[in-house]
Amino acid sequence: MMAQPKRVPLPARNPQERARDFQEVATGYDAAMAREEAARCLQCKYRPCVDGCPVGIDIPGFIGCIAQGDDEGAWNILSRDTALPAVCGRVCPQESQCEQRCVRGIKGEPVGIGNLERYAADYFQSGACPVPQQIPWNGRRAAVVGAGPSGLTCAGELARLGWRVTIFEALHEPGGVLTYGIPEFRLPKAIVRREVENLTALGVDVRCNIVIGKTLTVDELFEDGYEAVYIASGAGLPRFMGIPGEGLNGVLSANEYLTRINLMKAYEPGAATPIFKGQRVAVVGGGNVAMDAARSARRMGAESVTIVYRRGLEEMPARREEVHHAQEEGVIFRTLSAPVAILGENGWVKGLRCIEMALGEPDASGRRRPIEQPGSEFELDIDTLIIAIGTDPNPMLTRTTPGLDTNSRGCIRADGQGQTTRPYVWAGGDAVTGAATVILAMGAGKEAARAMDRACRGEPSEEG
Amino acid sequence: MYPIISKEQLNPTVARMVIHAPLVARKAQVGQFIILRAGERSKRMPFTVSDVDRELGTVAIIYQVVGAGTMELDQLQAGQSLHDFVGPLGTPSELEGLKKVCIVGGGVGCAIAYPAAKALHRMGATVHSIIGFRSWDLVILEEQFRQVSDRLRVMTDDGSHGEKGLVTNALQEWLEAGERYDQVITIGPLAMMKFVAATTRPFGVKTVVSMNSIMVDGTGMCGGCRVTVDGQTRFACVDGPDFDGHLINFDEAIARSRMYLPFEQHAREDACRLFQKEIR
Ligand SMILES: Cc1cc2nc3c(=O)[nH]c(=O)nc-3n(C[C@H](O)[C@H](O)[C@H](O)COP(=O)(O)OP(=O)(O)OC[C@H]3O[C@@H](n4cnc5c(N)ncnc54)[C@H](O)[C@@H]3O)c2cc1C
Ligand SMILES: Cc1cc2nc3c(=O)[nH]c(=O)nc-3n(C[C@H](O)[C@H](O)[C@H](O)COP(=O)(O)OP(=O)(O)OC[C@H]3O[C@@H](n4cnc5c(N)ncnc54)[C@H](O)[C@@H]3O)c2cc1C
Ligand code: SF4
Ligand code: SF4
Ligand code: FES
Repeated sequence: MMAQPKRVPLPARNPQERARDFQEVATGYDAAMAREEAARCLQCKYRPCVDGCPVGIDIPGFIGCIAQGDDEGAWNILSRDTALPAVCGRVCPQESQCEQRCVRGIKGEPVGIGNLERYAADYFQSGACPVPQQIPWNGRRAAVVGAGPSGLTCAGELARLGWRVTIFEALHEPGGVLTYGIPEFRLPKAIVRREVENLTALGVDVRCNIVIGKTLTVDELFEDGYEAVYIASGAGLPRFMGIPGEGLNGVLSANEYLTRINLMKAYEPGAATPIFKGQRVAVVGGGNVAMDAARSARRMGAESVTIVYRRGLEEMPARREEVHHAQEEGVIFRTLSAPVAILGENGWVKGLRCIEMALGEPDASGRRRPIEQPGSEFELDIDTLIIAIGTDPNPMLTRTTPGLDTNSRGCIRADGQGQTTRPYVWAGGDAVTGAATVILAMGAGKEAARAMDRACRGEPSEEG
Repeated sequence: MYPIISKEQLNPTVARMVIHAPLVARKAQVGQFIILRAGERSKRMPFTVSDVDRELGTVAIIYQVVGAGTMELDQLQAGQSLHDFVGPLGTPSELEGLKKVCIVGGGVGCAIAYPAAKALHRMGATVHSIIGFRSWDLVILEEQFRQVSDRLRVMTDDGSHGEKGLVTNALQEWLEAGERYDQVITIGPLAMMKFVAATTRPFGVKTVVSMNSIMVDGTGMCGGCRVTVDGQTRFACVDGPDFDGHLINFDEAIARSRMYLPFEQHAREDACRLFQKEIR
């Protein structure tokens, strides 16, 4: 059979219908679609796709299983390298990772690796695979700070190595950005809860409402008998633009908007936490966070939602699929535009003054630098402005933990295996890299878990 | 779950609740706050730590019923539990080295100011206190303030208790009479703190205010609590809640405190119906 140049499209709900609720947009492959898509994989000997995956998943391996109808085998292969396949299949920027390297992409579309990963993981979620069993205790205890993807992965990995692990989470629910940031319509919270339940089944103790650095310090964790500490406190501190009008009512960070909606469930009728329901919303930024905020605003009933981004559509760091879905849902894109001032009336936002940009030479990040076009200013008529221009590591823990060095951006300094400047303290995920991706945060958690285990057993490090 | 050990009504709308939360009790210092959620679907609400018993592992808060959230909290009784309780959050008040201080509290803000008055008194500082209320039936903590204050003035808007007038009248009189304070600490409604700061400005007395911005996480993650201090954006939950009152943009803060007013009114009416209560 001659393989198709195009991939099996991921079925998604009708844009008009889905833009009014918070249920998941993409419905996922069924078994027939998955088999058909898996058959497009050439099972390349040199496995270029695997090099594109930050955690080195055996991609041809698990896809081969799906092609043969062995979904459980696929799940087993996935779970060797990732703790959260149902999450990564949905949120990884595949087009710049595994799928970018896929040879099928040279002529036609790359294999839908993410879609297949999601399919195999959902097979497990449906209850077809057994819940993990607790491993006999090896006598060691570790503390993990932060229950985001990095902390959860590290804890799971340590538990599989026989450690007793306690995760300390500042918020009232675990999951990190998966819970408070990424909306339900893109990542159902039931998936996150299920992953946490699996960890609990492995014997991991998840303790919410504890802020390390405030409720307990890192020193106290050691006094309490934890041998090693992994810090995965994320990069949750929102940046503002520093332009006039940011203090006006109706101006909020994407984190605030999304936390109210996701963590506090403000989209549900009768929710206790208020949400600002703007009619004409602008979102500044071009990443996943901006797309999530814009699409959430649409669902909260905004008449118009405009993304304001200073570079072009191609330069947007958001996943392609999210940009595409946002466009389908009627989000307007004003690319090559940058805000210069927020206009107000009686303390409330009434407009956004922007300036047009042109792209110049590539900057340090390799992306073409935006340059203001004099005299090109224009105004948007808005009542809500959501700022999604990035976040920095949360300083609450580093401010109160002696011996933990940070760089100028507040990121914790750590080596390739997560070892910080403080003995027996490791760190990883966004807290070390600055805002990055779920899969990198997971990869760091896994790497650190192994390093922690080696160090505490007195084995030499693997690096070098 | 965090068990409620006791609950005591201080006036018709203000109550003191003691909660078992040993980790918070061990750490909390004057000026810090906690965030709680009454039930599984409740909102997160910040309250100042009023008192702790490190041995019993308990934390006391004093809250005023102002809207749907506090009304829901007020339904809970001793023996029941709070769903979530996290802290201590925020930066402790800097009281070290203060020799003579004037504490100015308004309404339930007096409850937030009292721990500072008590701590300063114990440290041997001279404490002058001015506490203000709308009327006699809302007066709280008068006896407690008397015990830790070298001088105390109780003000009511309608003169139904203590002296008739505003806290700023009393403060102005003391300052004009030549009282010199290392610091004025004021906690109450934003408008009151704004006027206290305006009163002390000509006298050049450092004035510390406690900003009760609208908060969500309380961990520096949402930026909802931001205030403009000396032209800079600061987060009340991690950089504060104490700030230099002469540097705060109060007009902005007052406007921001009204951001969710329509939602709150609606929620309050629903809650009044649900709990069959009236709010004054
Ligand atoms: C809206 C949004 C959309 C995104 N979309 C994508 C996407 O599509 N694909 C993708 O790959 N990436 C995406 N990202 C980025 C991705 O979510 C992050 O890179 C990833 O979550 C980082 O994981 P982490 O475990 O390092 O930190 P986090 O997920 O941030 O978790 C950190 C946790 O630590 C807790 N914490 C912080 N300080 C303390 C403390 N002192 N004590 C105790 N607990 C503490 C926090 O409350 C939090 O729960 C998105 C991010 C956002 C905000
Ligand atoms: C650091 C800090 C310490 C506080 N300490 C105390 C205290 O010790 N005792 C006490 O009675 N109150 C205290 N508050 C205020 C208390 O959190 C609010 O009164 C409560 O959240 C109101 O919720 P509600 O649903 O009953 O009222 P709502 O109907 O939501 O609000 C009524 C009014 O209270 C204000 N408010 C609403 N939500 C918040 C919020 N999350 N934070 C601050 N103000 C809000 C608004 O301006 C609103 O107009 C404190 C607030 C902060 C930020
Ligand atoms: S984890 Fe992410 S990068 Fe790796 S194979 Fe899966 S989707 Fe691709
Ligand atoms: S590169 Fe593409 S076709 Fe080749 S093994 Fe990987 S997924 Fe299959
Ligand atoms: S309450 Fe969210 S940053 Fe302060």
